[in-house]
Parts: sequence; C-alpha cells; structure tokens
Amino acid sequence: MQANRIETDCLIIGAGPVGLFSVFELGLLDIKCDIIDILDKPGGQCAELYPDKPIYDIPGIPEITGEGLVSSLIKQIEPFNPVFHLSRIVTELKKVDDRWEVKTDFGDTFSTKVIVIAAGGGSFQPKKPPIKDIEDYEDSSVFYSIRDKDKFKDKDIVIAGGGDSALDWVLDLHTSAKSLTLVHRRKEFRAVPDTVNKVQELIEAGTINFELGQINQLSGENNKLEGISIKNGDQIKDINCQILLPFFGLTMKLGPVADWGLNLNENLIEVDTEKFETNQDAIFAIGDINTYPGKLKLILCGFHEAALMAQEAHSYIYPDKKITFQYTTSSSSLKKKLGVIS
Amino acid sequence: MVKVTFIEFDKTEHSIDAEKDTSLMEVAIQNGVPGIDADCGGACACATCHVYVDQNWVDKTGKAEQMEQDMLDFAFDVTDESRLSCQIKITDDLDGLIVNLPEKQF
Repeated sequence: MQANRIETDCLIIGAGPVGLFSVFELGLLDIKCDIIDILDKPGGQCAELYPDKPIYDIPGIPEITGEGLVSSLIKQIEPFNPVFHLSRIVTELKKVDDRWEVKTDFGDTFSTKVIVIAAGGGSFQPKKPPIKDIEDYEDSSVFYSIRDKDKFKDKDIVIAGGGDSALDWVLDLHTSAKSLTLVHRRKEFRAVPDTVNKVQELIEAGTINFELGQINQLSGENNKLEGISIKNGDQIKDINCQILLPFFGLTMKLGPVADWGLNLNENLIEVDTEKFETNQDAIFAIGDINTYPGKLKLILCGFHEAALMAQEAHSYIYPDKKITFQYTTSSSSLKKKLGVIS
Repeated sequence: MVKVTFIEFDKTEHSIDAEKDTSLMEVAIQNGVPGIDADCGGACACATCHVYVDQNWVDKTGKAEQMEQDMLDFAFDVTDESRLSCQIKITDDLDGLIVNLPEKQF
C-alpha cells in the first residue's frame, strides 16, 4: 500500500482498446490523461481473453490480433505520455467542489476534472467457485488473490487449480506453510513448463501433497475453515486445512461502478449519443460498458464514442477555450502534438 | 437443419433447429438459451459456455482437445462429459444431440 495523491485533467477507467484510443482523441485536444486498470497490463479483453485471436472488423485493418491491436494503440498514444496505474480497481468516487475524487484499492487518490469510464464488460476479478457456504469463509480463510502472504505462515494450506497462478503460489508458499496441498481435477497442469517441472518435483519429493479431484464441500465454524472435501469420481477425501486459495482464472464483473450513482440499464451505463456523458456531469462512459438506442458492442463504435466524448470533455477542462476542428493530415498544430513535425 | 436440445439445470428443455457449421455455443446464444454466458465470444478463452454432453452423445461430439481441456480447468464441477460448447461444431452427425447445462457458469 502506498498513499499517493494525483491531480489530473482526465482519469480513464479501463485500459482496453477504447480507453487507450481515448487518450489519443483527448491528447489532440491537449488533455492529459491518467489511466487505471485492474489488470497488470494494458489491453483489457484483447490482452486477457484473446491476445491471439484475429479481429476482422477494425476499419482499414483486414486482420489483426488482440495483442497486435493493443500494441498498435499503445504506439499511437505514445506522443501523449499517458500515465498508467495498473493492478488496481476504483473503489470510491465522490464530487469535491467542481472536481471528482477517486480512490483505488491500492491506496491512491486521484483528483480529476473529468472521468471516462471505458471499463468494457466490467473489471476482471477472480472467479469464485460455487461451493456451498464459501462466502462465509472469504477474507478469513478463503482468498482469491493474495496481498499479504504472511498470514498463511505455518498454516495448512490448500491451493486449488492447475494454471500459472495456482502453481506460482505453490512455489511461493510451500516453504512457509505448515503443509500445502494442491488440488486439481487432472494430472496435467497448464503453466510455464519450468514452473510445472518444479511443482512436479515437489510432489514427487513429498514436500507438498497433490490430490486429484475437485473441492465439493467446506467445513468449519465461525468463518474459520477447518477442512475441505475433495471429490474424485465416486470417492470423497477429507483434508484438514485452515486456508483455501482457489485459482480458477478471471471473470468480468461490473464491480463498484454500480454504486456511483450512475443511471444503469441492465448493468450498462446510460449515456446520450451526442457527448456520451452519463447522468453525472463530467463523467463519460464509452465502449462496451455504455448503452443507448442502437448501441453495438464493437471496438469501432467505442472509437467513435471516444472522439465525440473528447469534444465535450474539453469544455470541462478548458471552459474558456473554443475548439477549432482540425484534421491530423493537414493541421500543423496537431502534427506537432503527434511529434511528426517539430 | 440439425436438432439439438439444451436441458437447463432445473430441467427446462430448449429444442432448437441448429444451422450446420455453427458452434453449439452460438446456437445457444442466438436462441436465447439461458445458462451459456460465453464471455469471450467463442475464443476458447473463458470456460463460461460449459455443458455436459449426454452420455449417449459423447462418442459423436468427441473429447475436448488440449486447449479446451486447459480451459476446462477454469470451469467448475468438470466431468468426463464436460465440453465447452464453443468448441462443438454442428454437423449432421449431431442431429438429436442433448446437452445438460451446469447450475451456473462461474
């Protein structure tokens, strides 16, 4: 945790393709941006869900992968030096005089004139396996992400899953745990080969336990976990543990956006189609997270929304300045901003 | 057309005439079958279109390949009949196919 206070003109929530491109449109209008994302890298769904999947409907680009699009967008916005704040989620948002104050779970506070919500399908959050009563143990015995590993010292830990997160934490925690059991539904793991090898060595050496199967029951009292049951076919095995760490990948959830006093329609933020502004002044919503009559969830629609949004954002940041509409092809001042002429 | 039936966890049945060469996930989404989320849109990248193929049909649909098995690690209550419906292509052989849906995609 670090207490950090940042003043900015525009805070963009979500570093997916639409959030990234809005840096470009805002930048052409001299608006400096800070950009927040819950993932540890920019790109949103393009980076997390389908980096290798080709996209065929970006105008002028017959075929590009999710990863390719993200890296092109990052290059395109480089001249505007956006500041990225990754691996954090906005938790609170309130109006202070004529600015918005935004807090994150990382402990930082942003004071901004304009907010652009480009959060796509919502924030990527760890999947919570639908095991009965699991919520009773959350944050006391069950953790989906790890910020403070000291509390697992000398405990009997169960890690569930077979991907990179599960195996990385096996390697990290087994030395300080009293015991560590890895539970996975099959013998194969899906992780970096070197990590898989190391984990397999630990299993063979008996340093950690491996159980084939899936967790189907939890037992404990007063929010303290005492054990789990593992089902493998018809067999059930009980294991004592105080800590359960399930790693089943990420899913998209609307998250705290729902609590910000914005008009929502089926978990999407209502905006007008002139400025893409929400019911709150100076809070805009663009891309997959917004809704309006005729809305299509296409990246290209989000790009259009970013361009129109920027015009109105300008009026909040420079209330006394008028925008003269210009083309990047011909305007010397825009070309200077892009660094293509000096 | 190929007839496929989705059976929800509460036993509600949805019988649909599916178009050939589409994926079973697309059939569900286009026909508003509840219980298939398909967050990633069919890229075999999210495990939210998990179905249980009826035992009599497992041979016809075939088993999950490596990438799909990897992704099934992110589903819950996975069995030998588990498949990701985005990876099942509708063919004439699947006329009459029955799949069961999990209680929820997670």
